[in-house]
Amino acid sequence: MMYRMMTLALACLVAFQAPALQAQDGPLRLEIKEGVIEPMPFAVPDFVPESGAAEELSRNIARVVAADLSGTGLFREISQDAFISRVTSFSSPVQFADWKAINAQALVTGAVAVDGTGRVTAKFRVWDVFAGQELGSGLQFVGTVDGWRRIAHKVADQVYSRITGEGGYFDSRVVFVSETGPKDNRAKRLSIMDYDGANLKYLTDSSSIVLAPRFSPTGDRVLYTSYESGFPRVYVLDVASVSRRLLESQDGTMSFAPRFSPDGRTVVYSLIQGGNTDIYTMDIATGASQRLTNAPSIETAPSFSPDGRQIVFESDRSGTNQIYVMNAQGGEARRISGGTGQYGTPVWSPRGDYIAFTKQSKGRFHIGVMRVNGEEERLLTASFLDEGPTWSPNGRVIMFTRETQGAQGQSRLWSVDITGRNLRQVQTPGGASDPSWSPLQ
Amino acid sequence: MKTTPTTNKRERGTKMKTFQKAMILGTGLLLAACSSPDRFGDSTVDLNGTGANSGVIAGSASDPTSPAYFSQTVGDRVLFPVDQHTLTSTAQQTLNGQAQWLLRNTDYDALIEGHADEQGTREYNLALGARRANSVQEYLISQGVPSTRLKVISYGKERPIEICSEESCYAQNRRSVTVISAGAGV
Repeated sequence: MMYRMMTLALACLVAFQAPALQAQDGPLRLEIKEGVIEPMPFAVPDFVPESGAAEELSRNIARVVAADLSGTGLFREISQDAFISRVTSFSSPVQFADWKAINAQALVTGAVAVDGTGRVTAKFRVWDVFAGQELGSGLQFVGTVDGWRRIAHKVADQVYSRITGEGGYFDSRVVFVSETGPKDNRAKRLSIMDYDGANLKYLTDSSSIVLAPRFSPTGDRVLYTSYESGFPRVYVLDVASVSRRLLESQDGTMSFAPRFSPDGRTVVYSLIQGGNTDIYTMDIATGASQRLTNAPSIETAPSFSPDGRQIVFESDRSGTNQIYVMNAQGGEARRISGGTGQYGTPVWSPRGDYIAFTKQSKGRFHIGVMRVNGEEERLLTASFLDEGPTWSPNGRVIMFTRETQGAQGQSRLWSVDITGRNLRQVQTPGGASDPSWSPLQ
Repeated sequence: MKTTPTTNKRERGTKMKTFQKAMILGTGLLLAACSSPDRFGDSTVDLNGTGANSGVIAGSASDPTSPAYFSQTVGDRVLFPVDQHTLTSTAQQTLNGQAQWLLRNTDYDALIEGHADEQGTREYNLALGARRANSVQEYLISQGVPSTRLKVISYGKERPIEICSEESCYAQNRRSVTVISAGAGV
């Protein structure tokens, strides 16, 4: 596995002296909050190639860094055509006046070297142009030529994090279901790609229906539902070796909607027995299972809180689908969704502050978020069919499935900010559904 | 094990072809004899003692003991209202016929598929499809069909037969389908 082989080293460039300039105002800072914000203008000149083989890489890495930042909707890239200064040496002083003149508030400079063994070293600095000083200090990442996009994502995560004060999400992957064929004969394959759609790889063939893959907390394994046994059942797949194993095989039952516990040792899932769907947990190592709900209603789509102590799930026990929270050991559940309409597929944010959900109301579907006590419900999207939210590793962005209406209807992945801004389609080669976002790698 | 979801058009198509071949073979027995012996390849149909004189072709929809008769004449599917899994009186009539057929043709088992329309999340629809399949299973058991001959599966919204996004299609997709297979004892 490429990612396994790649050692990504992180080191401070102590050799570089920070410029002895004093900040005129407060440091460059972008606070992510409600309301309309003006994207922060930034410039990323091509990185400086420091070896012959690094020419193309230094350009490509700078492009991916810029694309990552622009893709958040929080930053706006200034076209290279507008640049007054050229950066030809990583160690030369930055001509702040030239960058101020084109209103670049943030500037990212970098350099890339490739050694004889194919080892890539990329170093970079982030500049607060108007304060005339560096933001944080220079860093370098070491990787392989094949893994150059990861280096770029790592740089972009650093830039994002220094400017917003929050963790990034660019060096991450998405596992999802690729879809081909017409609606009444759709073929589905488990697939994995970088968060931006690059490096797509198939994990299964299309001989069986596969549904709703879910990453483990470290991104090394994927839980999913497959019909390969003839019935829907939960499998666990090792991402590096692409080997899979059936998790739940009780005869006469069906299992689906699995998710890992935050420690990666337990799976919470739905089991159908005698037509009734309830929630169970299973210890992955021992196979020992525990029943958490016991009601004639439908209990499904369970998701652990980040501290592993609670489980949020959907149930139609009240007559409509609503969201409930219970203890991770089961027991009494309290309803948290209160609005009109049907609520489903709740997912606890990695920060623990929100629960994302699917809402069906008046013939439309929405992705929304609410506080864990059900307050401050906010619908982020609306369409014929939006469903199945998944959180970015930093809890700022939600990816989901959007299916278009009609006989030619097709599913695609979309993402939206938890503020409701920056709705955009995620690049996939064809139909795609059921995304699950990995943690930062 | 590969169970056959009959709602898969490709597979249905294959079966239809087999039936058509059987029809051709039956009605044009002499014609077939004049043709190349390889012409009908794998569709070996034994006509001896299955009423070649009565015009009933074994395995075809005109043979009341055939799965084709079950799906076409008895009716292999029942429909459900939105979000419901209770059986309408029409559904019960169809299921009475299914039960009688199953009780007469003990060499066969049945897999009951539960399906949902596309309105609803994947997870909820899987659970709903299971409820529908279970309603059918319980009804057939209540009519005397041994539970050991019945299995259930839910496809949720994964296998629609009608693809428009209107109630006319949704109504056809909210269904259970009873798929006949050779029994365990055969």
